[in-house]
Amino acid sequence: MSVGAVMTAITPTTEVHHHILSVLVQNRPGVLARVAGLFARRGYNIFSLAVAPAEEEGMSRITIAVDVESTPLEQIVKQLFKLIEVIKISELDPRRSVERELLLATVRIAADERSQVLELVNIFEGKILAVGSDALTVSLEGHPDKLNDFEALLGGYGIVEMQRTGRVALPKLDQQSRLRTMVTPGSSPAEKGKVS
Amino acid sequence: MDIPDGTKMTGAQALIKALEKERVEVIFGLPGGCILPAYDPLLESSIRHVLVRHEQGAGHMAEGYAHVTGRPGVAMVTSGPAATNLVTPLMDAYMDSIPMVGITGQVGTTAIGTDAFQECDTVGITRSVTKHNELVMAGDDLPLAIRQAFHIASTGRPGPTLVDIPKDVLQNEMTWHWPSDDELIDSLPGYRPIGKGHPRMIKEAAKLILESERPIIYAGGGILKARAADALRELAEMTDIRVVTTLMARGAFPDDHPLCLGMPGMHGNATAVTSMQKSDLLIALGARFDDRITGKVSAFAPEAKVIHVDIDPAEQGKVRRPDVPIVGDCRLVIEEIIIAIRDLLASGVVQADSSEWKSRISGWQEQFPFAYDAAEPGDALKPQYCLEKLRDAAPEGTIVSSGVGQHQMWASQFWNFTEPYTWVNSGGLGTMGFSIPAAIGAKIGRPDRTVWAVDGDGCFQMTAQELVTATTERIPIKVALLNNSYLGMVRQWQEMFYEERYSEVYLSTEVPDYVKWAESMGCVAIRVESPEEVEPAIEKANSINDRSVVVEFRVDAREKVFPMVPAGQSNDDVLLHPSQDSCRWALS
Ligand SMILES: Cc1ncc(C[n+]2csc(CCOP(=O)(O)OP(=O)(O)O)c2C)c(N)n1
Repeated sequence: MSVGAVMTAITPTTEVHHHILSVLVQNRPGVLARVAGLFARRGYNIFSLAVAPAEEEGMSRITIAVDVESTPLEQIVKQLFKLIEVIKISELDPRRSVERELLLATVRIAADERSQVLELVNIFEGKILAVGSDALTVSLEGHPDKLNDFEALLGGYGIVEMQRTGRVALPKLDQQSRLRTMVTPGSSPAEKGKVS
Repeated sequence: MDIPDGTKMTGAQALIKALEKERVEVIFGLPGGCILPAYDPLLESSIRHVLVRHEQGAGHMAEGYAHVTGRPGVAMVTSGPAATNLVTPLMDAYMDSIPMVGITGQVGTTAIGTDAFQECDTVGITRSVTKHNELVMAGDDLPLAIRQAFHIASTGRPGPTLVDIPKDVLQNEMTWHWPSDDELIDSLPGYRPIGKGHPRMIKEAAKLILESERPIIYAGGGILKARAADALRELAEMTDIRVVTTLMARGAFPDDHPLCLGMPGMHGNATAVTSMQKSDLLIALGARFDDRITGKVSAFAPEAKVIHVDIDPAEQGKVRRPDVPIVGDCRLVIEEIIIAIRDLLASGVVQADSSEWKSRISGWQEQFPFAYDAAEPGDALKPQYCLEKLRDAAPEGTIVSSGVGQHQMWASQFWNFTEPYTWVNSGGLGTMGFSIPAAIGAKIGRPDRTVWAVDGDGCFQMTAQELVTATTERIPIKVALLNNSYLGMVRQWQEMFYEERYSEVYLSTEVPDYVKWAESMGCVAIRVESPEEVEPAIEKANSINDRSVVVEFRVDAREKVFPMVPAGQSNDDVLLHPSQDSCRWALS
């Protein structure tokens, strides 16, 4: 594998074009289908999606990376916000957010290449999870760009299986990272209203 | 009558109790395997059930009921094919923001996912045609699910909801608990409809209104949903601003009011279309800039600033970016705008002079009334003529329900709507077959009113069987069937845009025999073929109140709906009735 190829792979992809939506939802059956359905209906591709329970009981946070212009995105965000289970949506500025992802990969390698792969894992600060006679399972946690680079380099050795989790993101501590936020008014217990 | 908390009962009993608690007076439905348990406690209930002949009919009846009462209509059907039959009305209600609750039976909880008999993924299928839906997997959850369904359907921007209930959940014992308001609100942390508008935006709107020299109020269906007709009238009268009422807002502002310009849009009148087009300020109230209103969006009302009042934030900027977006309930916002205008006037602000604008508008009104060629001797009846006669003979407070096609546009054009909630039609989805079942639902909601369904022969053949329902359930409606033997609206497009190459639009002049068919369904039926027969037939129909009546008008298939803005074209290019075409310069 030539150095040139390595350099190309390391050049960051034009990541700032994507938008990250961090969506806080009530964790109820069908909620993911509703969210995904809204994107599908408008023909937008979800670039990556990660869902897991959030800090509050009964809530989940869905992190969606999507590759669309900002105008149609505004419409999607508003439509998403109409879903009954959606409590809060933040659109995060990728440049002002922390983004992380986890990658697991099993790589088939000849004995004489093993040390190269170990070195690669080392440079990227990944972990070796399992070692076989002609294969390694490795993990890497980090910024999705870093994972892209790692994946490209590993590719030179023959990836047998790979799984990435999709990115999760939180705003950096400065508040400007939220490009826009929609919160259900009165969703906090203090502001609760009566039924009319 | 209140059931104590902790009472044991079946899920089916709980469902019916919950519907009673929601003050449901009528359910439109048809039973079958999975919903069967719910039909047993119905025998003891105060709720009336109307047994339909097709589940689509149940859905449209629920819509018709909701249209005229403002309360959610309820349709209850079984699983599988019945649930799929309900999809069209759900979508129809979703498009037109009609409050409606669908209740569907589902296969037992253990059978879900096994392709059991009449299983279908009802919540999956209806997810994109409802405001919200829910599969209830435990009997104890039923009362809350029903409360949520009614709350969501009838608040904020109204819409259809659906509750899917497995058979065993209906059969098994549950413990009754009727959730309090607080519990209901707590259970929906993501749902808080916005009421009042933003004070700064309200002020801004008031300022723009007083500054405008060419203002137009663009009133949409949201006025009716928000019960804002009185507020609208007050705003229009205090500012002397002309009002257009969209297809969904017919009746929201009286047609006989001097400020009313009637319907804009693809088949709107030339004055309504052009005054929007030339305006410098569109005050959009509960309207959504539908493509049938705007024509080509980039050419729509190019000089107008826009104030957009809508309870749904997603409508703001969806089609046209507003200068002043106001999210809120139309009635509350209009009332606030009125106060803000009063304050400005009191502080010495003077409303801009719009006298030139008003005289331009009256000029258009004089020059461009709806026009059609009168029938020559020997010609077939003109559908517009029939509608004029129907309108003139209609008893006070008559409700009109319409199908979809040319007859719908003529009904909207030629009727004289003077009262809100007297026009029931399928605007957003344009569902053929809507009128008869919707008229039945409307008649149940307003038994004191005469209900006329204006229908086309194509539409009639889609849902006419519900006249059997009308007969057996003693819900007398009247149907004006404008029979042109064609799928008329499609024929019109083929004539105008496909060089008269008529493809699959001719139905038949021989079959069905509508008189025999209507009579076989228990209706009085009258066939009308010549102008002299029109008025007597209508008079007879209006005098029969113990049965449904079908009046078949054999009308001229060559008639076209004018004016017309061809799809995708600018409203500036509105096609006028040929008799007015020589004056079209006056519109520019
Ligand atoms: C369910 C459905 N199918 C097809 C259409 C397309 N469509 C719109 S108007 C129309 C013709 C309606 O014919 P008819 O009921 O005879 O009314 P007319 O236009 O002749 O007054 C058709 C087919 C529709 N709106 N709805």
